[in-house]
Amino acid sequence: MENILEVKDLNISFDTYGGEVKAIRGVSFDLKKGETLAIVGESGSGKSVTTRAIARLIPSPPGRIKSGEILFEGKDLVKASEKQMQNIRGKDISTIFQDPMTSLNPTMKIGNQIMEGLIKHQKMPRGQAKKRTVELLELVGLPNASERVDQYPHQFSGGQRQRIVVAIALACNPKILIADEPTTALDVTIQAQILELMKDIQKKTDSSIIFITHDLGVVANVADRVAVMYAGKIVEIGTVDDIFYNPKHPYTWGLLGSMPTLDSNEEELVAIPGSPPDMLKPPKGDAFAPRNEFALEIDKVQEPPMFKVSDTHYAATWLLHEYAPDIEPPEAVKKRMKGFAKTGTIRTSEEGEKS
Amino acid sequence: MSKEKLLEVKNLKQHFRTGRHSVVKAVDGISFDIYEGETFGLVGESGCGKSTTGRTIIRLYNATDGEVKFQGEDVHGKKSAKDLKKFNRRMQMIFQDPYASLNPRMTVMDIIAEGIDIHGLADSQQARKKRVYDLLETVGLNKEHANRYPHEFSGGQRQRIGIARALAVDPSFIIADEPISALDVSIQAQVVNLMKKLQKENNLTYLFIAHDLSMVKYISDRIGVMYFGKIVELADSDELYANPMHPYTKSLLSAIPLPDPDYERNRVRTTYDPSQHDNSEEPEFREVRPGHWVLCTTKEFEHYKKEYAPV
Repeated sequence: MENILEVKDLNISFDTYGGEVKAIRGVSFDLKKGETLAIVGESGSGKSVTTRAIARLIPSPPGRIKSGEILFEGKDLVKASEKQMQNIRGKDISTIFQDPMTSLNPTMKIGNQIMEGLIKHQKMPRGQAKKRTVELLELVGLPNASERVDQYPHQFSGGQRQRIVVAIALACNPKILIADEPTTALDVTIQAQILELMKDIQKKTDSSIIFITHDLGVVANVADRVAVMYAGKIVEIGTVDDIFYNPKHPYTWGLLGSMPTLDSNEEELVAIPGSPPDMLKPPKGDAFAPRNEFALEIDKVQEPPMFKVSDTHYAATWLLHEYAPDIEPPEAVKKRMKGFAKTGTIRTSEEGEKS
Repeated sequence: MSKEKLLEVKNLKQHFRTGRHSVVKAVDGISFDIYEGETFGLVGESGCGKSTTGRTIIRLYNATDGEVKFQGEDVHGKKSAKDLKKFNRRMQMIFQDPYASLNPRMTVMDIIAEGIDIHGLADSQQARKKRVYDLLETVGLNKEHANRYPHEFSGGQRQRIGIARALAVDPSFIIADEPISALDVSIQAQVVNLMKKLQKENNLTYLFIAHDLSMVKYISDRIGVMYFGKIVELADSDELYANPMHPYTKSLLSAIPLPDPDYERNRVRTTYDPSQHDNSEEPEFREVRPGHWVLCTTKEFEHYKKEYAPV
C-alpha cells in the first residue's frame, strides 16, 4: 500500500520563559492509505503535538518546527505557506478534537459550522451545501437532522456534539482524519457508537486515520498499527498484534500492565513508578530509564536507537541489542499475553455462549 | 467473614427543581447496603445520578426523600453541630478533579491539616506537622512537599494530596467520586494500588464511583449499575461480569473496549432499548440469585430465575 503521509525526523520545540521545551525529539513514521494508526502515550508525551504539527496547527511562537519533514502526498507541509495550508486543512487533512464542548462555536448554528468547509473548499452553493449537511448529520446518526441543523451546540448532548464534530471533519471527504482523543470525554456506550461510526465511514471513504488516545482498549478496537510515544519520541511501533501480543519495550509492558483486565485478577496492577520527565531538561540517555526497572547501565548514557524486531515492528530499547541480557517481561504482562492468545475465554455470558 | 452493615441507603431520592414546573429526578429511589471493609462500586453513564448519590450520602445535598443510615444512625435530618462534626470525621470524600478540588491559595500542609484543625486532632504545632508528614508519606509523597502549593504538582500527585486530606481525620468510610478518571493510565494504576493498600492497612470502606468498568471490576467487591436515577442491577463484581442480567448492564459491558485486539475484532455490541420493558407494571428490585439483585417486573423476574438458575 502506498504511503499517504511520511513524517521524517520531526523535531518541535516550544520556547517558554523556563527555556526550550523539546516536545518532539526526532519522530518518524508513515501512514498508509486506508489504515488507522493509533498513537498512545501519557499526557505530555507529544502525541497531540505531533498530529497538530501535521495540520500545522502549532502556534508559532512559542512553537517551532526545528527540523524534519512532513510529506503529504510527496509535498512537504513544513514548508507550505499559511495560504496553502488553509486549502489543505478541512479538505485533505481534518481534525476531530478532544473536547466536543469547546470545539464547536457556541454562537453559530451547527448547520452553518458544517457548511463552512463545503462552501469554502468545494465551492458548493448554499442550498446544495445545506442538503449535503443534512446528509452528513444523518450519516453520523443524528436523528431529525433536517430540523436540527438550525439548532445551536448547547441544544445537543455531549455524544451528539461529538457526532457533529465528526460530521464537520468528514464534510469534505478528507484523505487523512486526525482524531485527537475523540472519545475520551464520552461514556463507554457513546464511545462505542462513535468508534463504530468512524470505522464505518473509513470503510466507505477509504480515508486514513491517525487516532490519538491513552485508552489501550480503544486502540485494540480501532487500530491497524500502533505507535507508542514517550517523552517526545516513538519508543515502539508495530501492528496492533505486535504491540499487544509481543511488546518489546519496557514502557509498553508498563502500559499494558497498568490496565486491569475483566478476567478475575486479585494481584496488584503493575504501575509504572514515578512520573514523566521534565521536557525542559530531558534526561541524558534513555528518557524512560529512571522509571524503568529493566534499565541497563547504557540507558543512563546513551539513547537507544530503533531496533528492528520484524518488518513491521520496531522498538527503541537497548534490551534488543545482541549484547543485552535476556530479560523476560513482567509476570503480569506475560500472563496477559498468554491469556490474550487464546481469545474468547472468560467474558460476559453472551460471549461465552458464542465461543 | 462477618458482614456488618456500615451504611444503609433506603429509597433515597434526590430531585432537583430546574424550573417552575420541571424537576430532574437525579436519584429516584435507590436502596443498597455497604458492608464494613468492602468496596462498593457504582457505575453508569454520565448523568445517571451516581455522583449525586455519593454527594447525597455525605450530605453535600439534602436528600429529597429516603434514608441514609451510617452505623445505624440517620445521616440526614436535624443534627447538632457537635453531632455533625462527629459524623464528618467518619465519612470523607475524594473528588474527581484533582485540579479543582484543592484550594490553590493554600499550602499542601494547610490543605491536609484543615480537617485536623477543625476536629482538634493535634494538640501542638509539632504534632500537627508530624501528622501531615506521616500522611504525605502514607500516600507516597514526602515531607518537602508540605510547604508547596497545589499548582506545583502533577495530576497524580494532586490526587494523592486529596487522598491524604481524606485520611487526615481517620475516617472509616470514604466516598471516591471518579478518583482516577482525570489521570493517565500509568498513574491510574498507582493511585488504585495506593487506595487498595490503604484499605487493607486502615480497614477502610469505599464507595467507588466510576464509569471505567474494568477499573471498577478490579477494585470493587460488589457493584451497583445505575441507569437514570435507579439501580438496575446489583451483585458481586465477579457475578455481575459473568452473568449480567439486566439488558442495560449487558449493553454497558459489551461496550467496554478491552486491550486485546483479537477480542475486539470479534466483539458484538448489544444496545439497550428501554422500551423493551413492559411499562404497564412498575419494576421492582428483586433478588434473582443470592446477592444478585435486578430491577425487573414479575414476568421478567420469572424469566431471569429460569435462565440464571443456580447450578
